Formats: sequence, C-alpha cells, structure tokens
Amino acid sequence: MSEFGAHPLLEVRGLSVDYGLGDDAVHAVSDASLTLRSGEVHGLAGESGSGKSTLAYGITRLLRAPGVITGGTVVFDGTRDLLGASEEELRQLRWSEIAVVMQSAMHALNPVMSIGSQLTDVLRAHRPGLDRQARRERAVNLLTMVGISGDRLRAYPHELSGGMRQRVMIAMALALEPRIVIMDEPTTALDVVTQREILEELTGLRERLGFAVLFITHDLSLLLEIADSITIMYAGRIVEQAPAAELFRAPRHPYSLGLLASFPSLHGPKVRMTGISGSPPDLRHPPSGCPFHPRCQYAMDLCAQQVPALEPPAGPRPGLAPHPEAGRTVACWLHDPGSPVPVPPELSLVPGAAAVRGLAAVPRLTAIDSSGGTP
Amino acid sequence: MSPPVLEARAVSKHFPVHRRGKQIPRGAVVHAVDDVSLVLGEASIIAVVGESGSGKSTLARTLARLTPPTSGEVLLNGTLVHGSRARYAKTVQLVLQDPFSSLNPVHTIGYHIQRPLKIYSVPSGAEEIAGVLERVALTPGREFIGKYPHELSGGQRQRVAIARALAVQPKVLLADEPVSMLDVSIRLGVLNLLADLRENERIAILYVTHDIASARYLADDIAVMYAGRIVETGRAADVTDAPAHPYTQLLLAAAPDPERSEPAELQARGAPPSLVAPPSGCRFHPRCRYAMPVCAQQAPPAFAVGSGHQSACWLHSPDSSSPTSSTETAETAGEAGEESTPETET
Repeated sequence: MSEFGAHPLLEVRGLSVDYGLGDDAVHAVSDASLTLRSGEVHGLAGESGSGKSTLAYGITRLLRAPGVITGGTVVFDGTRDLLGASEEELRQLRWSEIAVVMQSAMHALNPVMSIGSQLTDVLRAHRPGLDRQARRERAVNLLTMVGISGDRLRAYPHELSGGMRQRVMIAMALALEPRIVIMDEPTTALDVVTQREILEELTGLRERLGFAVLFITHDLSLLLEIADSITIMYAGRIVEQAPAAELFRAPRHPYSLGLLASFPSLHGPKVRMTGISGSPPDLRHPPSGCPFHPRCQYAMDLCAQQVPALEPPAGPRPGLAPHPEAGRTVACWLHDPGSPVPVPPELSLVPGAAAVRGLAAVPRLTAIDSSGGTP
Repeated sequence: MSPPVLEARAVSKHFPVHRRGKQIPRGAVVHAVDDVSLVLGEASIIAVVGESGSGKSTLARTLARLTPPTSGEVLLNGTLVHGSRARYAKTVQLVLQDPFSSLNPVHTIGYHIQRPLKIYSVPSGAEEIAGVLERVALTPGREFIGKYPHELSGGQRQRVAIARALAVQPKVLLADEPVSMLDVSIRLGVLNLLADLRENERIAILYVTHDIASARYLADDIAVMYAGRIVETGRAADVTDAPAHPYTQLLLAAAPDPERSEPAELQARGAPPSLVAPPSGCRFHPRCRYAMPVCAQQAPPAFAVGSGHQSACWLHSPDSSSPTSSTETAETAGEAGEESTPETET
C-alpha cells in the first residue's frame, strides 16, 4: 500500500487466450489489460469460467494445451517481454521474479517427498552457489517465516493440515524472493479462521519483503478487504477496474453492482437481496456484444450489437468530459459519452452516497419478512 | 412459538476408529456430534454454522436418519421417531452440497423427480413432475423433464436437487451447504428460493453452512457448532451483532467483511481439536483467551445471555466470578461482544 502508484512492474496489454484452434476455439480471455505496480495487491475477481486463472497462466506462459495465446503483450519490469521470451529466459524469470501459488495445496505438493526436500529442491535448481547446509538453513528460515516450526522439515504433506500445506506453498513461492507472487484462490478450500490467519501472514510478509501480489479469487468481499485495486472479469473480458475502496463505494458496471449485491451483509437490517438473475454464459456460444447483456437489467439495443471498450467512465450526463477518477475503467455502454440514456444513479458517483451505501443499500430491494417463524 | 416439527434431544454421534498402531487406544471413537439439542419449529429456519469438522454435516445426516445416533432422541411432531426410515423420509428430506455429484448423470431430470413420487405412490405423470419443477422456479417445467444434468447450470442443478426433496411434500428440509458449490452470482437465487419455500409452503429448514453472513441472511435462528457441540444459539441478528461465546466472536472476526474499518484481529489461533480425544471441559478452552481453570474441568451448560440467546461458556455463568459476567445477563452479552469484536459494532 505504501508504494501504491509506483512504477508498473507488470504491464499486460490486450492479452487474448483461446482454448483450441480455428472456428471451434473458445475465447477464454479476450483483450485483457492490467497493470501491476510494485508492492501492490491487485485483486482479480470473477466467477468460475470467467477466465481469471487463464489470464494468470497466460501471463506466466504456464498454459497447457490446448491453451493458446492469440494476441497481446506482457512486459515485466518495463523492458522484458514475457510473451516473446525463450524457454531459457522464462526459466530464469519464473520463481525467482514471478512465483505462482497454485490453487490447491492438497494437489500441488508432492505427496511422496518431504516438504524439506521440496523446499530445498527449488534452491538447488535456482541457487547453485548454496551448499547443502545453507539450503537447509534457508528452508528452515522460510518455514519459520510462514509460522511453521523448523522441525517440521521432514514432515510429509499428509502429516500437515490444510492451512499448514497452504503456508508451505507460500513459503516455497517466496523461496527466491520474487517481486511478483501470483496467488490463484490460495484460501478457497480453507476454513474462515485459517484463511484469516494466512491473509494476516501474507500481509505481514508483503510489508517486510515488498513483493507485489496478483490475488485471484471468486470471493469479492474478501478482496475488498485486502486488495489495493481490483479487476473484475466476466466471460473472459475485464468489465471494470478500480481501486478497491472506490469499487465498493461506487461500482460503475452493472455486473460489479450485482456482485456486490450478492453478498449478504453482517450488519444492518435484513433485507431481501436480488443478486444477479440468470447464469454465466457458455463460452462456447458467447452472447453477442457485451457478454453480460442477457443478464443486465440496463441492457440497451446497442449492448447486444457491439462490445464496449474498457475506458474511463464518462460524466454523469452524456456529453460531459470523462470523470476525473484515477485508475477507474469500465466496459459498459452506459458510461460511453454517446450513451442514449443517462447513467442510472446507482451506477454513478452521487455525492454523499458513500455514507449511506452499505452492501445491502442497493435499490430495488424489498424488506424480508423476519416476523415469521420461531420467536 | 410455532409448534416444533423436528426436535433433537441430546443427540450424539460417535464413529469408531480403526486402530492403527499403538497411539490410538482400542475402542476409540470420533466424537463427531456430542449432546446436541435443537428444536425446529414449523416454517422456521435454523442455521447451523461451523467450520469443517465441527460436526454440522453429521448432525444433518443423523437428523435425516441416514445414520443412527449413538445416543439421544429424535422427535417428529412430538413423537419419538422409530421404525422405517421410508416413512420418516416422507416428512424429512435432505439436500446435499454438491449438485454435480448428487444427480445421476445417466438419468433425466424427469426421472430424478419421478422416483420419489413413485416410491411414495403419488401420481407421477409429466403434469405432476412439471409442477414440482415449477415450485423451484424451473419454468416451464415440461422443458426440463427430458434434459440431463449436464445440460443444466450449477444453480439449476441445485434447484433440481431441491425439487427432488420437495416432491413428496415434506415438512422439513435439511439443507447441507446447499449453495457453497455454486457461483456467487447465483447463490442468492437459491437462498431466496429456500426463503420462499418457508414462506409459501411453510416448510421448516435446517440450513447447514460455514458462511455466517448467509446464515444471518436466511435464518431466524443461528446455532454455532464447535468440535461437535453447540456453543451458542440465538436469533440470527443477535448472534452476529452481539456474539457471546468467544468462538462465535472468533468466527465473526475472521469472516470477510468489506465494511470493516480496521483490519481484522484474531483473538485465538490454532485449529479445532482432535475429536478422538477432545479437550476436557469446554472444547474451545485450549484456544480461548478468556480460559479459566473451570473451563478445563467441566463442560459449560448453556447459559442465557439474552432473550432466546444462549451461550455455553463459563463467562456467562450467573455465579461466575469473572468480571465480564453480571446478574444482568443480557448486558453481559453486549459487553463481551463490544469488548472483543469492536468491528461488529457500528
């Protein structure tokens, strides 16, 4: 958070990833752009099938066949082009500069190797200068760093709890002090208390070591707490990007609004929430135009015809200059300067709205009857 | 109070452990559910909240009589349950977590709905099946009859699973994590469906979940389970707004909450205990920062901390010497909540 706004560490421009070739190809990610600054936690949120993991694997070129990158650029540290890099260049870069924490710690650790040998294995491959003793010391350090005592080095993955395995995964990712850590649903399979412990540890480590995090999850409420900025994906496209607090305070895309209205709040009166009607599209037969239009209550004719570009939103009334909103972009025709209808109030920046707007304070909600049932 | 439909009295469920090596003594059992009492009133919704391993699913399965309780009684409409499960299942139905594996991929949706109708000798023509599907908002129902599970989305599949449970007009639905496998944008639709079923068909629902925010949203009452025991019960908003038991406070502090102004702070660490040899006394005491000598010796009974709000914690004992307890128990709950979880206060 301290260096928020610092120079871009990772620049993704127009990245597209297909699964398969030719006419049958599924466009899993279309024209995605995002910027990761050093020291920042960037959240990538979306439902299953929205392309968030594919985007991450595209960036690191870890895609498996039939995944194919069909366009775009990924530039690391201002100069190094990841998509054009050779296998050897990538090998140098992976883990030591960009590390990945895979989704399921249960499956990502080798069950027949002790965690100690899995940790030292990384060091042996990337730090040939270290001798056996030094590698072991480093492995103990890493374990201690994530809150596991060093004498567990000889433990096998099945002897550790889910939370501890996830901690080992994080320790392994940090072994070579990378500048970027990509975390793909790192806490999804864990209980809430364990999840919170790991997030606390991650926050502490990031403050000490200063790496940037690309945090992928479907849990937007979690992301709003821990991320500096958030990218929301829907059906392979980025629909909105904004600083986390801004997104929570005033979402500008109808899908973001719907997602925020899908999480019941822990505070305030009980109100009936509507969520989002319909279900996510089948990417083999994506809707024309804006992929969200079949589920969007604000959809216009234009939405079914043309894909909106990801741009800073226009002012509250059509024809006005773009809103001076730092770092906010949204892909929705409602926010286009040429939009035939005015932006609905719940999707625009209304002064003072922040004070009244909780998660539940979304219009079109009716009070739930809480009088029924037991006393 | 609405008349009780399903009641559990001191239900326990222990599973025998297969002995491996010498560490586990002969005859050891896993105390999955211990001494749990619950009353589910007509058209009411009770949420059972807990982490994995807390015994919440075992409780649901025991109440569904998929597995017999080790001890304790289950009462249906005030009479002790015994005899055939088939008759019991006409009134009490279970909905499972994962709609991707709870529907048979080689059978049509119509077949899934028709089975319970046939078993219970209810008319099972296309008309009736379509009617059942329309009760869970799968409209037009006729179009879904010939489809296979793979043709439906996750949310639609879970609706089919609920429809299958509803087909025989039960009075009680035991829903074991019905939305945790679904995408966030469609979870709310299924939760609202459950709320509507209670409203329109007066079905009582036991909602088992690990997500305390959704429990607050859907349920009238919340029962918090820890290591096989219920530690706190009360009206949903009372439990989340003024949690009395230290474990409930921990659970709420850990829950994601974008409205939190300062970062969450956990008052307890570690993991739930082994249920083969659970801790003596209160099962939470090894993790509890308020633990007193009595906590390790004796399991606390449920103490009233407010109207209809109970906490199984010695802190709330009327004759406890602890500073947080006073004769006015309702105030105690407020104090305890305020003191340790400031972020839940507005």
